[in-house]
Amino acid sequence: MSLADPVENMKAIVERALDAAKQAGATQADVMLVESDDREVRVRGDEVEFVKQAQERGLGIRALVEGKDGLQTAVVSTSDLAPDAVDRMAAEAVALAREIAPDPNAGIPESGFATSIPDLDLFDPADRSVSLDARIEDAKQAEAAARSADPRIDNSEGSQASDGFARIIYGNSHGFLESYESASHGLFSEPLARDGDSMQRDYWMTVSRHLSRLEDPAEVGRKAAARVVRRLGAKRVPTCEVPVLFDAMTAPSLIGQLTSCVNGYSIYRESSFLAERMGDTIASDLVTIIDDGRLPGGLGSKPFDGEGQATRRNVLVDGGRLESWILDTYAGRKLGLPTTGSASRGTGGAPHAGTTNLWLEPGEGTIDELIGEIDRGLLVTELIGMGFNPTTGDYSRGAAGLWIENGEVVHPVEEITIAGNLGEMLLQIDRVGSELLWRGRTASPPLRVARMTVAGE
Amino acid sequence: MSNDASDSTSPASERALAFFQDEFALHDRSLATALDTALERQIDYADLYFEYTTTDSVALEEGIVKSGDRHLEQGVGVRAIRGERQGYAHSDDLSLDSARLAAGTARAIADETSGHAPVAIDSRGPERDLYPISTAPTDVPVADKVGWLNEIDRYARGKDNRISQVMASVVSQQKHVLVAASDGTRVADVLPLVRLNVQVLAADGSRREIGYQGAGGRFELADLQDPARWQTLVDEAIRIALLNLEAEACPAGAMDVVLGPGWPGILLHEAIGHGLEGDFNRKKTSAFSDKLGQRVAAEGVTVVDDGTIPGRRGSLNVDDEGTPTQRNVLIEDGILVGYMQDRLNAGLMGVAPTGNGRRESYAHLPLPRMTNTFMLAGEEEPEDILRSVDNGLYAVSFGGGQVDITSGKFVFSASEAYRIENGRIGAPVKGATLIGNGPDVLTRVSRIGHDLALDEGVGTCGKDGQGVPVGVGLPTIRVDALTVGGTEG
Repeated sequence: MSLADPVENMKAIVERALDAAKQAGATQADVMLVESDDREVRVRGDEVEFVKQAQERGLGIRALVEGKDGLQTAVVSTSDLAPDAVDRMAAEAVALAREIAPDPNAGIPESGFATSIPDLDLFDPADRSVSLDARIEDAKQAEAAARSADPRIDNSEGSQASDGFARIIYGNSHGFLESYESASHGLFSEPLARDGDSMQRDYWMTVSRHLSRLEDPAEVGRKAAARVVRRLGAKRVPTCEVPVLFDAMTAPSLIGQLTSCVNGYSIYRESSFLAERMGDTIASDLVTIIDDGRLPGGLGSKPFDGEGQATRRNVLVDGGRLESWILDTYAGRKLGLPTTGSASRGTGGAPHAGTTNLWLEPGEGTIDELIGEIDRGLLVTELIGMGFNPTTGDYSRGAAGLWIENGEVVHPVEEITIAGNLGEMLLQIDRVGSELLWRGRTASPPLRVARMTVAGE
Repeated sequence: MSNDASDSTSPASERALAFFQDEFALHDRSLATALDTALERQIDYADLYFEYTTTDSVALEEGIVKSGDRHLEQGVGVRAIRGERQGYAHSDDLSLDSARLAAGTARAIADETSGHAPVAIDSRGPERDLYPISTAPTDVPVADKVGWLNEIDRYARGKDNRISQVMASVVSQQKHVLVAASDGTRVADVLPLVRLNVQVLAADGSRREIGYQGAGGRFELADLQDPARWQTLVDEAIRIALLNLEAEACPAGAMDVVLGPGWPGILLHEAIGHGLEGDFNRKKTSAFSDKLGQRVAAEGVTVVDDGTIPGRRGSLNVDDEGTPTQRNVLIEDGILVGYMQDRLNAGLMGVAPTGNGRRESYAHLPLPRMTNTFMLAGEEEPEDILRSVDNGLYAVSFGGGQVDITSGKFVFSASEAYRIENGRIGAPVKGATLIGNGPDVLTRVSRIGHDLALDEGVGTCGKDGQGVPVGVGLPTIRVDALTVGGTEG
């Protein structure tokens, strides 16, 4: 697998787009070019179910023209990188911008651009030569391990291996023009188990920038199998208020939801329940949340953000105290603050504020120790639905998990909801475990909320 | 075999064929050659999917139109099928050369070479056009859209002084597709899609609430720009925001629930729709596997998936494999009678495709997907249905939902709901998630109203990371003992 063209050719396309935008009348412009080479293979039972391969390129041109009280902004994106197409798209972006209202806060950043491109350990060149057959073999091993782990596992949605390589090039009219490369490799297994009338599915996955750091394929299958088998015979529980323990698979969603409420765009739009809480205690003192764009090997790491700003480590919540919003240049200007280097951007639109590698700092105790501390409560292993309102903090989601009595798991649970208000839940976090496992860009150790409403029978 | 577009096809199909011939030199003979490349190996079926889509989006907040985006998506996806195996490759270079290259990759799922007969493309196209329009929504001048959004902003702010923020956006899309397959199929289509979103923030003291309403479909943008239509939509967003300022905590536990007409049809989409998609049933991973002919709903419950309703967001002249869409009855008077199929799964299950093979774009594999899914009307008065409940919940609007196909457990989240007390609508309650079990929830439908309505045209369904536009619909119904995920025990 490879990215076909030398980076110089791609940088030349970015420069051409910047020049064409300027020629067409843009006061400022910036350009994002993303190249990717992706491959996916899925094995189900003994059969290869599909093999998928693709190489893609996308170009996004943001043009800004001088208006009466500020700059007018538009973004045009395309996969057609032919020189005349690039010129046409740049001119179209400028023409579109002239139709948009001037905004005194619009504009690309004036300074703060990354002055060096550190090696963040985002790929291993040797992984480019891995064969399709080798990844099919990984998926087969995971699938076989999952299927043979327990006689009640008689079916699956399959096991899937993926490899993706990407190159990101960003340039702007201040003269910044840099690129970096990254890779992402994954292995996923989703077995089904049956016992009488109960049929269940669950999964396990491993993701890394390096093939060599993926979990052993058979281990992926065995973990997926253990997760699905323990769900067999799940039942509902009576409606009650109990302590709720989120495991390492479900806790990251809580951290992600909190983070959507400290995003600068939600703050200036007053659509977050935390909009006026900067500097306040918003969570228990066990809660410290960090977003770090330069974590070596991190799945969200990048040397510069979607506006060319140097990425950095931002402490969002420190011992329960709200310390920082997540900002790009625009949201920062709206709030009178500098960007936090958190501009997230694809080719298809303007930058937006977003997280990089986001995590809750670990505390102490394994998941088994945390279970052992609960007299009567719920361990949540899966959440479904989107029942969260960032404006009020109201939280209500479908859940499945394990019921705990006297420090021990007594039976699996399903068809229940858990509900509360995120503002209150954060203050009620009374236990944070030690296990921090990265399966994406957000990670959290298991955490316990002292009391939530569980709705069931 | 024909290179001209003079067959008995609809104007949309003719325009699409002419577009791909003129802009990208995609003629029948050359399409056949690309398919021949895939068929040099032992392949059961191969298809090419060419797409050229323009999407533009204009958005207003804080009283000004701050952004305009235009996105051009073009490419080709090539698929080769052998048994249950699929080889798939796609390229963002919309040309025959890249189609041939991709065909070479896709056929790698088979080792054996074959002496196949050359593909003969046989000109076919949909004879109907479910979405005839005179102006592509992407051709409506941006200045018109900007002016319209400004008008919406002024109107919304003038309605109530508690409205402190207005966000509005208009999204326009024009998609050209061309499908050519090794069985000789060659179909093209032009699909318009428009959508207006309005979100308002209401503030009263320390309380803030959002109200959202959207509308859209495959029709002229001018239809949405009719003041009677968009003003109703803005009024609705404001009403929901103000109502939620007054909302009390939602009850928790199992209770009788009355669902209002229209968008609450998301219940059907999550509870039974996904579970009746062919792929899950062919693999027997659905809670509905092997239940054909069995009772899965109460008497009187009939559920259909219909891709042929003119102008609807979920409608298609042909699906993304070139199969004409149709009206498929899924549940008839409570009995499960049909699944939704794409070509691959229909073939493996020995049934006919049902026009449900859909894909997000050329960069995605087709899957069996829903179109517009709804329950047919009954005969009861909605008021009588409400009166029949002593203590329960009346839910009239929803956000999203999700389902676990295998266990059958599904959720959907209410965004406008009220307590029912002694048969009367009581206080509004905060949004809450409702959870149930797909294979039995419809057996507990005890009353069905005569007021079937389809939704406003804003649904997007996600499956395997692919989003496709869909519609839902429902008359007022009563469901006994559904679990409501509030906080009040």
